[in-house]
Amino acid sequence: MKLLSHTAVLLQKELQAEFRSHELLTTASIFILIVIVLFSFTFDPTSGESKQFGPGLLWLAFLFSASLMLQPSFLKEKTNDTLSALRLAVADPFAIFLAKLCANTIFLLITELLLLLVFGVFFNVSVISAFPKLALVFFLGSLGVSTTGTALSAVSSQARMREVLLPILLLPLLVPVLIPSAEATRALFEPEHALRWDWLGILIAFDLVFLTALWLFGEYLLEE
Amino acid sequence: MAKTGVYTLLVCLLMGMSAYAAFYIAPTEVTMGLVQRIFYLHAPSGMTSLAAFLVSFVGSVLYLLTRKPKWDWLAVSSAEVGVAFCTVVLLTGPIWAHPAWGVWWAWDARLTSTLVLWLLYVAFLILRTMMEDDGRRAVVSAFFGVFAFLDVPLVYGSIWWWRTQHPQPVVFTSAALDPTMRKVFYLSWLSLMCLMALLIRQRYELESSREELRVLEQELEAR
Amino acid sequence: MSQRVGQPAGIRFSQIEKKFGKLYALRRLDFEVAAGDCLALTGCNGSGKTTLLRIATRLTRPTRGEVAFTGVPSGATPAIGYVSHALMLYEELTAAENLLLFARLLDIPNPAARTMQLLEEANLATRATSLVRTFSRGMKQRLAIARALVQEPSILLLDEPGTGLDTESATRLANTVRQLRDEGRTIVMSVHGESELSRLATRAARLDAGALIADTRAGVSFQNIFAAGQIL
Repeated sequence: MKLLSHTAVLLQKELQAEFRSHELLTTASIFILIVIVLFSFTFDPTSGESKQFGPGLLWLAFLFSASLMLQPSFLKEKTNDTLSALRLAVADPFAIFLAKLCANTIFLLITELLLLLVFGVFFNVSVISAFPKLALVFFLGSLGVSTTGTALSAVSSQARMREVLLPILLLPLLVPVLIPSAEATRALFEPEHALRWDWLGILIAFDLVFLTALWLFGEYLLEE
Repeated sequence: MAKTGVYTLLVCLLMGMSAYAAFYIAPTEVTMGLVQRIFYLHAPSGMTSLAAFLVSFVGSVLYLLTRKPKWDWLAVSSAEVGVAFCTVVLLTGPIWAHPAWGVWWAWDARLTSTLVLWLLYVAFLILRTMMEDDGRRAVVSAFFGVFAFLDVPLVYGSIWWWRTQHPQPVVFTSAALDPTMRKVFYLSWLSLMCLMALLIRQRYELESSREELRVLEQELEAR
Repeated sequence: MSQRVGQPAGIRFSQIEKKFGKLYALRRLDFEVAAGDCLALTGCNGSGKTTLLRIATRLTRPTRGEVAFTGVPSGATPAIGYVSHALMLYEELTAAENLLLFARLLDIPNPAARTMQLLEEANLATRATSLVRTFSRGMKQRLAIARALVQEPSILLLDEPGTGLDTESATRLANTVRQLRDEGRTIVMSVHGESELSRLATRAARLDAGALIADTRAGVSFQNIFAAGQIL
């Protein structure tokens, strides 16, 4: 299918560009690390407290990082007007969104899983044993963050004060991602490593709703 | 013109009636006493704001599909009115909670969800102020308007489920509503919905007049 | 680039109007570019040249009016090559990667071979694996034109291609455009005044505040069109 092949070509371009410079991954990882360290000063980092507050602060750190990291997604296509070139070459504009959100999901996952390991070390929380289940939770959460974040990057790049505008638009929208992700992560930090399908269900619903909405209405964002 | 005047009068009448009913007809609630009467403003305001946001959503979708400016005007008018009613909920909440339960704010499911909703639609309005080009502003904010409204059930659902998992002492419910209370509640709701329609209409007319003015200015310039 | 284009195509603008917020970029423009024309479009900044070109590429939607193409089966869109003022190149990718990306998106058979061919014709084969970030304006210009030629377009739209070029690059550009013109492609290029490039044109037109105020087709001379401050 044309859409998938175009998406694959564009995804390769996104990954190629980022893996060559590592700009986004490096800065996002350092930012999350800084947030975690700062947060650690606000509570007593014993194992018990960490399991209580940890998941929430971890996901907050991810959301803040994402709201900064996702801004360049569409903004960088403005500097040299490369977005116009893409629009001319691609039949279905959704391919542009799909490629970017897949790339952003991958970038988010890389930084998150890295920082999860750091978190485990800092706060004596066992993350290795539940890693595959954690990866699932993080994947579903990151997909929601990158779907909405990529779309809103296209939105905010057309407005003034765009650096501050993206978090203002994105963070309230992500409440239904923050709560389930934090709760599911917390459950996985417990010794039973229980996978909470009730929370994952909300994440899956969120992902489906916004992917569909982006598919239906995204092309209007790219028009002039 | 006359029609608006008559309608405004009707709305004032309805609101007067429901205020009277809330104070004098509704029976006093057993545990909370007088302060419970704010419920007749608090709860229907919440429902009215949701109704306004629904109208805004419809306006956004129709604008994206038809590009007729009137849908954009409807979307922004009803979003503003929705935020106003949302603000009423958020202000009456503490006013009710403090005398009744001793806390200014309770993170109960409904109030928390309303707060998030307020943030979402205030973001919508802020987005609009950050864009000058009418055409792009209409398309881009319509897109965000769609996203915002689709988020509403997910916000309510996730917050409600979270509250179920981490229960709190129950606040903000008037246990079982007795029949008179229920009637007063519906009257209150009806009057607020009528007020909502009036406010949306007035705001819409403002946008429409602005456009008319702009067209006239341009014609003048062209001469 | 070495073969004559099969089917030349023309562009017809009917009652085109474009508003950006409160500003009119184009006002009720009726304009036709004949197949095979090499049109030099001129006018001050803000006269609507860029908007007109972008409307032809369908990147910008007109507020009113329609764009149609002549010389193609009804409803079909001819292959259009567009070089915008910003050049539309990915600076963090190499020259070859830029061309390859678009060759693959446009479903060109054997994209790698086509990429090398275009790089050779643009005299950039030796810099194929260099990042575009390291290129001079002249080199980026050649790459941008190469990218516009990926799908053998019958219409070529160039937005102020002469900007920022030194004399040598400008001459090279003029030679490229001459060759493209002689291959029978329809070319519309926006220029600022008379130059080596504008002298290649078979037709010229001037826009002012979104309206067409002079056209060599209507009998105005080339000289008058390009002379600044001329009352037409």
